[in-house]
Amino acid sequence: MPIEVLMPALSPTMERGNLAKWLKKEGDTVKSGDVIAEIETDKATMEVEAVDEGTLGRILVPEGTIDVAVNTPIAMILSAGEDAASLKSARPTVRTPQTAPTVAARADESHPPAALRVAVPDEPDLPAGVEMVTMTVREALRDAMAEEMRRDPNVFVMGEEVAEYQGAYKVTQGLLQEFGARRVIDTPITEQGFAGVGIGAAMAGLKPVVEFMTFNFAMQAMDQIINSAAKTRYMSGGQMTTSVVFRGPNGPAARVAAQHSQDFTAWYSHIPGLKVIAPYTAADAKGLLKSAIRDSNPVIFIENEILYGQSFPVPKLDDFLVPIGKAKIVRSGNDVTLVAWSVGMTYALKAADELAKDNISAEVIDLRTLRPMDVNTILESVKKTGRIVTIEEGWRQSGVGAEIAAQVVEHAFDWLDAPVLRVTGKDVPMPYAANLEKLTMPSVADVVAAAKAVCYR
Amino acid sequence: MDSPYRVLGPDGRAIGALPTFAKDVDELTKLYRAMVLTRTFDTKAIALQRTGRLGTYASSLGQEAVSVGVAAAMQLSDVLLPSFREHGAQLWRGVTLEELLLYWGGDERGNAFTGPREDFPNCVPVGSHAPHAVGVALAFRLRNEARAAVCIFGDGATSKGDVAEALNLAGVWKAPVVFVVNNNRWAISIPVAKQTAAPTLAQKAFAAGIPGSQVDGNDVIAVRATLERALERARAGAGPSMIEALTYRLSDHTTADDASRYRSDEDVSKHWAEEPILRLRSYLFALRAWDKEREEALLLSCGQDVERAAAAYLDSELQPAAAMFEHTYAELPTDLVEQQTGAVSYLRGL
Repeated sequence: MPIEVLMPALSPTMERGNLAKWLKKEGDTVKSGDVIAEIETDKATMEVEAVDEGTLGRILVPEGTIDVAVNTPIAMILSAGEDAASLKSARPTVRTPQTAPTVAARADESHPPAALRVAVPDEPDLPAGVEMVTMTVREALRDAMAEEMRRDPNVFVMGEEVAEYQGAYKVTQGLLQEFGARRVIDTPITEQGFAGVGIGAAMAGLKPVVEFMTFNFAMQAMDQIINSAAKTRYMSGGQMTTSVVFRGPNGPAARVAAQHSQDFTAWYSHIPGLKVIAPYTAADAKGLLKSAIRDSNPVIFIENEILYGQSFPVPKLDDFLVPIGKAKIVRSGNDVTLVAWSVGMTYALKAADELAKDNISAEVIDLRTLRPMDVNTILESVKKTGRIVTIEEGWRQSGVGAEIAAQVVEHAFDWLDAPVLRVTGKDVPMPYAANLEKLTMPSVADVVAAAKAVCYR
Repeated sequence: MDSPYRVLGPDGRAIGALPTFAKDVDELTKLYRAMVLTRTFDTKAIALQRTGRLGTYASSLGQEAVSVGVAAAMQLSDVLLPSFREHGAQLWRGVTLEELLLYWGGDERGNAFTGPREDFPNCVPVGSHAPHAVGVALAFRLRNEARAAVCIFGDGATSKGDVAEALNLAGVWKAPVVFVVNNNRWAISIPVAKQTAAPTLAQKAFAAGIPGSQVDGNDVIAVRATLERALERARAGAGPSMIEALTYRLSDHTTADDASRYRSDEDVSKHWAEEPILRLRSYLFALRAWDKEREEALLLSCGQDVERAAAAYLDSELQPAAAMFEHTYAELPTDLVEQQTGAVSYLRGL
């Protein structure tokens, strides 16, 4: 029976890639290990090897095809004695190319049709009838940096792989080409060092955007971020200004295990002197990153790998800014308040849909900024609904949800009709095993269950 | 490595060729006055601390030539990133005696300098300002400014990762920065031999591809001359360097330390014979550029300056409660406004 060759995945979060080149043509004999094609992704070029001996029976995806979904059959290999006629009865290869079912599955499960619902953000300052452009969070972040770099020569970008490689997650794509190596600076592997360089440059009047390849590596730079960035304005009696943005992906990714898959949002939100932003939509990513770059304080700008490739409408404006410190009611409701931010919003919005089927009307708040926190928007919502569930992928103890719960209990206790519930990641290091990893993470079902519990349904 | 660069021997006799500035007696007396003022300040600061009127203080006794020599080599447009024992450098750069006392008295208004606004406040965490210096240098480079950053840290800091990372980055980027190791031989109770197996600290620059050299840190002429060369090189775009200035901490680590518990008086007294102020004074006396009358007049005027600053410091009003929230952010966020209002009204109710 002919064997299908599937589009392979290079990384756990890769969903699509380009079929750059076929190195064999139909009718060629191939043996196991032969390189038959080249695949390009946003990260690298990889070779596709034949898995069995036989003849390349048919090429299903011609070279030059872009955005081929992972696991799409790209060719058929015929075993000895088979002919093209048998192609109809193809079976998948036994050695399925390595894919990342959990990520893909998780992203799909909770992938927001919400993207459409959030369509036009309720920013009060958005002009009526403004054109909306669909773009990914990744593109929105890049555009935000590019716009600010064009506007202010003091803005520059620094980090590992940000220049030549265009960003480990391709967020800085095109910046080197437009702004040159003086303003788009590749660093050695030296998080403490380049975080400190960013802080020093900020104190000398520049506006650095420092990319951490992921916030896992920012732990090396914690002393710099907390003891220098957050405190020097204070400790210098106001003499020094540290206008620096630390940005990069944070939170569980997929199949990268305990040391590379974790959410540090609560850590940063604990620190006076820092502003902490965690957007969900591309519009907020763009508008808030632009605001962060202009802000005179050190800003921790928390992105999410799972969200990078998701598309949202973004207002087409010359200078679209979203204010730091303002939450957004993304969906109105009367029965229960769901508070989330960043990728947590995917759970919240999906759960709100599920709850609606059971006639539970959920109000969904996208917090967007963790510090300073827009507590008032939460309190006003709770005063209306009497019930609240917080959602985050981070650990439960001392998480952001704990702070929200405390604020609600302090300031809206008399309005509460049920205890505050938190949906969080489990308090364990992230397991590598796919089945356990999935169990560790919060799910839409968890949010639905928590919302029903506080509604006593 | 060559032996440490030195112009004056411990007895104050010139043993090497004089750099140009050192042929000008006025330049030398300026350096001398600055070192004496630093020591007078030091004595007063310790006295204030011992009588409960100043916080924990780090003495620079015996290390004045490093501080003053480095600052004297700098241009005002360069930027100083000091660690916490460089009072002499800060004073030379224009930080006032009163600001220093305010700072060491626990009042952060003392760090908002009226003078060198771009200079950094003291780095207390040890070495964490080394990457900042590279950042400052990067800013100079991006703005095409012929300026340099000067980062001073102690021998202990050279064991730290942030210093190693800063050296490496400065080397890769040829950043206009000069690192100065103020090697006073002690990190609290840890002597340099327990800090590193490297025979010198200057050689730690070599691994980063940076020139490193040693200088006699008790010879203010040698320190200034070495720094001038390094700074010219940096400003000209030829890259960073690291200079290890060999001196000795004649005092305790800070007023919270009692060094007699871990080192003997005999060890310390040997080093008194090499201290920097006596050395330059001997040289100036031999040149007949200095005498007893001028010495007495200088001590009197330094004493008066320091007393005036101490009186102003002791007279300064304590910060109001609201001040603890100021400068946390460029603009106070709502939640902090609430805490500030709460703190103020609480105190009013007492």
